[in-house]
Amino acid sequence: MDNSLDMQFSAGDKDLNYVGKRTKRPDGVDKVTGRARFGADTRLPGMLYGKILRSPHAHARIISIDTSKAEALGGVKAVVTRDDFEDRESEFVPAGEMMVNYRDMVRNIMAREKVLYDGHAVAAVAATSVSIAKKALKLIDVEYEILPHVIDVCDAMTPDAPVLHEDLITEGVDPVPTKGSNVAKRIEFKLGDVVKGFEQADEILEKTFDTKPVHQGYIEPHACLASCSESGSADLWCSTQGQYLVRAHCAKLMGMEISKLRVTPSEIGGGFGGKTVVFLEPVALALSRKTFRPVKMTMTRDEVFRATGPTSGANVRVKIGITNDGKITAAEAELKYQAGAFQGSSVQPGCMCAFAPYDLQNVDVVGWDVLTNRPKVAAYRAPGAPISEYAVECVLDELADRIGMDAVDLRLKNAAKEGTQTAYGPKLGPVGFVEVLQAVKSSDHFKAPLGANQGRGIGVGFWFNIGGETCVSMSVNEDGTLTLVTGSPDIGGSRASICNMAAEELGIDVEKINPIIADTSSLGFNFLSAGSRTTFACGMATIEAARNAIDNMRARVAQLWEVPVESVIWENGAARPASSNAGEFDPMTLPEIAKIAPKTGGPISGHAEINAQGAGPGFGAHMVDIEVDRETGHVKVLRYTVVQDAGKAIHPSYVEGQYQGGAVQCIGWALNEEYIYGDDGCLQNSGFLDYRIPLASDLPMIETIIVEVPNPNHPYGVRGVGETPIIPGLAAISNAISDATGLRMTALPMSPPKVLQALKQAQA
Amino acid sequence: MSKYHVTTTVNNDEFEFLCEPTQTMLDVLRDELNLTGSKEGCATGDCGACSVVMDGRLVCSCLVLGVEMEGKSIETIEGMADGDDLHPLQQKFLDHAALQCGICTPGVLVSAKALLEKNPDPTETEVRYWLAGNLCRCTGYDKIIRAVMDAAKEMRAA
Amino acid sequence: MVKVFLSGTISQWADGVTEIDVAATSVRQIFMHLRQRFPKIEPHMEDEIAVAIDGTIFQDAWFEKVSEDSEVHLLPRVGGG
Repeated sequence: MDNSLDMQFSAGDKDLNYVGKRTKRPDGVDKVTGRARFGADTRLPGMLYGKILRSPHAHARIISIDTSKAEALGGVKAVVTRDDFEDRESEFVPAGEMMVNYRDMVRNIMAREKVLYDGHAVAAVAATSVSIAKKALKLIDVEYEILPHVIDVCDAMTPDAPVLHEDLITEGVDPVPTKGSNVAKRIEFKLGDVVKGFEQADEILEKTFDTKPVHQGYIEPHACLASCSESGSADLWCSTQGQYLVRAHCAKLMGMEISKLRVTPSEIGGGFGGKTVVFLEPVALALSRKTFRPVKMTMTRDEVFRATGPTSGANVRVKIGITNDGKITAAEAELKYQAGAFQGSSVQPGCMCAFAPYDLQNVDVVGWDVLTNRPKVAAYRAPGAPISEYAVECVLDELADRIGMDAVDLRLKNAAKEGTQTAYGPKLGPVGFVEVLQAVKSSDHFKAPLGANQGRGIGVGFWFNIGGETCVSMSVNEDGTLTLVTGSPDIGGSRASICNMAAEELGIDVEKINPIIADTSSLGFNFLSAGSRTTFACGMATIEAARNAIDNMRARVAQLWEVPVESVIWENGAARPASSNAGEFDPMTLPEIAKIAPKTGGPISGHAEINAQGAGPGFGAHMVDIEVDRETGHVKVLRYTVVQDAGKAIHPSYVEGQYQGGAVQCIGWALNEEYIYGDDGCLQNSGFLDYRIPLASDLPMIETIIVEVPNPNHPYGVRGVGETPIIPGLAAISNAISDATGLRMTALPMSPPKVLQALKQAQA
Repeated sequence: MSKYHVTTTVNNDEFEFLCEPTQTMLDVLRDELNLTGSKEGCATGDCGACSVVMDGRLVCSCLVLGVEMEGKSIETIEGMADGDDLHPLQQKFLDHAALQCGICTPGVLVSAKALLEKNPDPTETEVRYWLAGNLCRCTGYDKIIRAVMDAAKEMRAA
Repeated sequence: MVKVFLSGTISQWADGVTEIDVAATSVRQIFMHLRQRFPKIEPHMEDEIAVAIDGTIFQDAWFEKVSEDSEVHLLPRVGGG
């Protein structure tokens, strides 16, 4: 581990004053009064408004773009097209879920040779008002040669499918194909011998499932404000999960030096993975660089749906063999994930997670990354995992039925635990899956009776969680307060949990800590607020920075007391003699030390620059009761319980919040949400009316049970909690519907018309 | 394009502004009056992030034209607290951690306040249906509903 | 010698090999060995490979120590949403 953290204590090893407490959220008041500034809330004098012209076609070659009429319109200050962005070499860099390729990114932000999906950006204008900008878009003439398109993942894999990128040669197949196709990649993860494993099985079940792309559905549309100076430097304000990644991508696309671009993250109105990439930001910079005026761009909801990342839709085949006493002998899966218009779906983590909840000897998972004429997918909370684990959990549930075993017991019998060899690579360290399943069994919900047309289902989920590069800096102010500077956008209350850890370490009142989230020029690099890493990694760096500040203060007190520094300890917010041998001194509190800082060496601060390693895998289970209305096909969610191992809940309210929010995203994905395309390849439901995310009136309260099996690699045992909650629910709901109706639906969403059709077919 | 002159009251302050006939009340609040607490999530009346009260009636400000503000009295999130004295709903949202990202919060609060003025003792179901026009993607609504119920209880006792 | 296991995609880049013995004391030395032995892995080496040492996953940790008792697995780098 490349940081010097003392990992000696885990949760429960000492009395904690702030860690685990429901403290007040530092940014709370600003967010309930309307004061907090989100992406679209920043303005600058002389600001122009940018708008994007988008493709009305799913797939077409761009013959020509004539912007002359638009440029001639009064109030239009700049127009940009593909010609304003330099082409980039094929170069992959890590960004969130998968690698991104700059050659593809430059084509995604502004179409070059072809438009590849309905909504693909073709040109952009900056004008003195939004209405002029909109008028100008209508004056841009684009000549298209319309090409055949492909929307479905299985269709896209057929030999005669329209090909998006003629030069895309499938990776990972032997022999190497000689001709381009839509299949970017084949990957495979194997363990043991599945053929032998299936021979040992008493029951084998194989089923194929379909899932539709769903959108992250953050309520705040993408927004940014760019301001380029004649000096070559630029400022960018935007709503993002990672200002440093925005800086890296924009600097690359604009050919700028990193230090010349300062990116300030606004408050972020939801991301869920969808704000880990850039869309508007390079375009706004290009428009500003042409005019040297600030350019503000915001997306409409229609643009968000049509042109920003949904997650993959997929076709998944799962085959599992078990013995009559419930031991899984072999597990096989084939995953075909849509990547959208450019390669890079989440099929790899989908493969890695598929069977990860179980301790298996024989596994074979094959994944395909497939291009279709849809927006390029972006990460969505545990990217890839909900899809593959949904299919696996449905098959397992049916197998439990077949052998007459309780569904939870079947999972317990095969549960991954410390020492389990995973198919994706390592053996697991300490994990809390068994504890999660036991908590399910001992919950009230598990034992509650069900009524007519009601069913109960459970599903489980696994996600890795990550660490990554993190910087934290803190200043001890002259009045004894603390300013804490982090570089991770706060998506769901992470500031509160990070302050809890700082207060715990320093032994000061948490309300004396004021956290800010820095722009890219004020603090060193931080990876995204993604991968469930913020409380884990940013917390780890905060703890190290606090200990660094404490060491600084101890050294000063040691000089005052004229004793060696080892004779001064830090306890309950004050420097104290280590023992009576160190001498008789009154403790010196942090404010007392801060007050005399000028005379003892100058300002006191603490900082940490780490690449946090050792994030703890997260396991969870969802249990849901539903009722099916046999006349309408409507599925009502009656009761829902989320059980998950948090490692340690630093701020339980926000851990519960992650569990509840994830569960409800599961409900949306399972029951209603889907991208609906017409025969023309255009998206037909690009608004919240027709793309229906769950409403308050659709739902019951979401019960939560926080299991805490500490991660030994974090000082307080944190695992990361943000992503696992979106995995188990898809199968839990499907299993509940199956329990209520005796029907196994194998496609999502299980919306009323589809449930009704399934019920009618079963009757017929 | 010629603009219209509009006189209106927002949070008890009188404002005059010029607006294009196509500008919505939300555009006016945000771009002309610099009241950016009301948020645009959809501009089609589906998400409720722009909820305001106009002459006592809860509306999506994205569905009302700026010119319709003439002579009207508008209440936005910026007028909800009294100085540094938070409205009980605002306080309960903090106490219950009823927000994560916070983008829907202004609209939810304005909407919930309108509910409690109409119905000081709503059932959970009534709260859920009243807030069905306010989308939240982060919280799963659980803590929002609890916060509203708790605020209602406290306001009844006051 | 340290036993190094190559899972899924990593093995695909390493001519299908799933297990190798490497004389190494750090992650970086393992990587250098892989580069030499499997030229196809080169373009993926920098940004696409994570290392699990005795069950703990490390990403970008060249100087992390390994020993003969270590159980080392190479796996695809993990991101997240």
